[in-house]
Amino acid sequence: MSAVSLLSLHGVGKIFRRGGLFSRGRIEAVRDLSLTLPAEPSIVAIVGESGSGKTTLARMVLRLVEPSAGSILLEGRKLNGRRAERLPDLEFRRRVQPIFQNPFEAYSIHLPVDFYLFRTAINLGMASDQAGAMPVVEEALRSVGLGLDRVRGKFVQQFSGGELQRIAIARALIPRPRLIVADEPVSMVDASLRMTIVNLFTQIRARSGVSFIYITHDLSTATYVADRIVIMTKGEIVEQGAAAEITANPRHEYTRLLMDSIPRIGARWAELGEQSDTTA
Amino acid sequence: MIRLQNVRAGYTTPTGFVGAVDDVSLTVEDSEILGIAGESGCGKSTLIKVIYGQFGGPLSLMAGTVEAQFRDPVSGQLVVTGVARLRDLWWKQISYIPQGSMSVLNPVTRIATQMIDGLPDAVRARGRQALRTEVEAFLAEVKLPASVLDAYPHQLSGGMRQRVLVAMAAFFNPRLILADEPTTALDVVVQKHILLLLVAIQRRQRNALVIVSHDLGVHYQITDRLAIAYAGKIVEIGPTRALFEQPRHPYTRALIDSLPRLGDRTPRHGIEGRPPDLANPPTGCRFAARCSLVHDICHRVSPDLIERTPGHAAACHLA
Repeated sequence: MSAVSLLSLHGVGKIFRRGGLFSRGRIEAVRDLSLTLPAEPSIVAIVGESGSGKTTLARMVLRLVEPSAGSILLEGRKLNGRRAERLPDLEFRRRVQPIFQNPFEAYSIHLPVDFYLFRTAINLGMASDQAGAMPVVEEALRSVGLGLDRVRGKFVQQFSGGELQRIAIARALIPRPRLIVADEPVSMVDASLRMTIVNLFTQIRARSGVSFIYITHDLSTATYVADRIVIMTKGEIVEQGAAAEITANPRHEYTRLLMDSIPRIGARWAELGEQSDTTA
Repeated sequence: MIRLQNVRAGYTTPTGFVGAVDDVSLTVEDSEILGIAGESGCGKSTLIKVIYGQFGGPLSLMAGTVEAQFRDPVSGQLVVTGVARLRDLWWKQISYIPQGSMSVLNPVTRIATQMIDGLPDAVRARGRQALRTEVEAFLAEVKLPASVLDAYPHQLSGGMRQRVLVAMAAFFNPRLILADEPTTALDVVVQKHILLLLVAIQRRQRNALVIVSHDLGVHYQITDRLAIAYAGKIVEIGPTRALFEQPRHPYTRALIDSLPRLGDRTPRHGIEGRPPDLANPPTGCRFAARCSLVHDICHRVSPDLIERTPGHAAACHLA
């Protein structure tokens, strides 16, 4: 029998109420969604456009949003439902960590960024005080290619978006989690630095055995880094498979539409015809 | 059509002057699509404002000339306009699609009011009803229903708002449309529709389009020529295809190499480091600190933008 899967979602749905207190308006953000992450470390990309439900899915896995239906299991233990039955908060946060989209809003402008690293180590029981947390923080920063002296006592405005996102990954690594959920981690980072961040996922998976859920609208980085791709639209999964298989042989119409809409380098859109080279 | 010569422009801030555009010379030709690419803070949006002649506030032109040359629609004669009078050409000859469709449209005013009331007095003299009919016909060309006119911006999707801005910019059949990151906040499917629309309008009106985008894929798809901006300077400019096939500047090469291709898992690397502080730029080449091919001369002498093959120029000692 195979090992218990790292994460499994069964028939998960989420309905948001819309409008005022007495409104009957409802939005079904996610519908009957089932998904499994294997026990072995892997990178799974959830790809879709705005409104596809991919962020709601991430927030349910992070326990920031309670599902309206279905169940979510982490290594066989319930994440949602009644408090008495589900994985306790501290244990959960040691195992699952987030990275958010906007690195400039993830830190207070009044606190040095290393505060968040030490605080995470202490809050999650990795150390009892700042001195004890030092090796843990240093190790986490080292795994994203930064030294503590680069970060110590510095504030958010003293870093580039790429550096802040690397610090966010370091913070997420502190409790040595099993799973990191990264919601659009490179969309606010300059194109020239995106690969530096995305490459870290592959390195961390290999070195530390961490799995990633990589939420993105960018199919190109998804096929570059992920082992498995899940395509979502209108709250549903319409296609999933190995990254190579999806790009070589997209089966769903929506996947083909997404692929066809990417402004690729090397092949112009058929609708534009041949390039009119006015400068030749 | 538009000629910038040795332009220095920038922002006066409490901590000093930030030279966002530094010694840039650039010509926008008739009927071409010119792309401007680069990282955030490289001066590409400022360059668009310089071409538009939108000075004021903290932005000022410190040196150089900006000159527009357009044929008068009535007399057919060529009219040369200097930077001080560029404002007179707005909408009719040069129009501008600013960044961020949601924050550009007034949230408490209907689209019709924003489109019609913003028109020059001479045009509004044709009468509101007649104008509305004209605007409706034009909206149909950008595939928007007439009902959009009675909507508020928040009632429209991001793609529809962007189409409204494109319609406003193209309504007078201007000779030059400047578009600053017109698709940045949009999903990839909507982005393609807006880009195809911009190209369709440019081909129909036979005008020039200058598009700023950080996305090199967008430039590959629609531009004829591409300028790469880095730390306030243009480091490379040339025909788009040649620039992608044979990039001359190490920065251009590193940018192109850093982009993942769909379905390609060949290891790719970002460009380490960050651009220099424009309030206190280094002497020599501004890319030197991040360049893998750096030589001694790069730290001492700022390279000129020199034509290497016809129409293709690069500012690098090693190009």
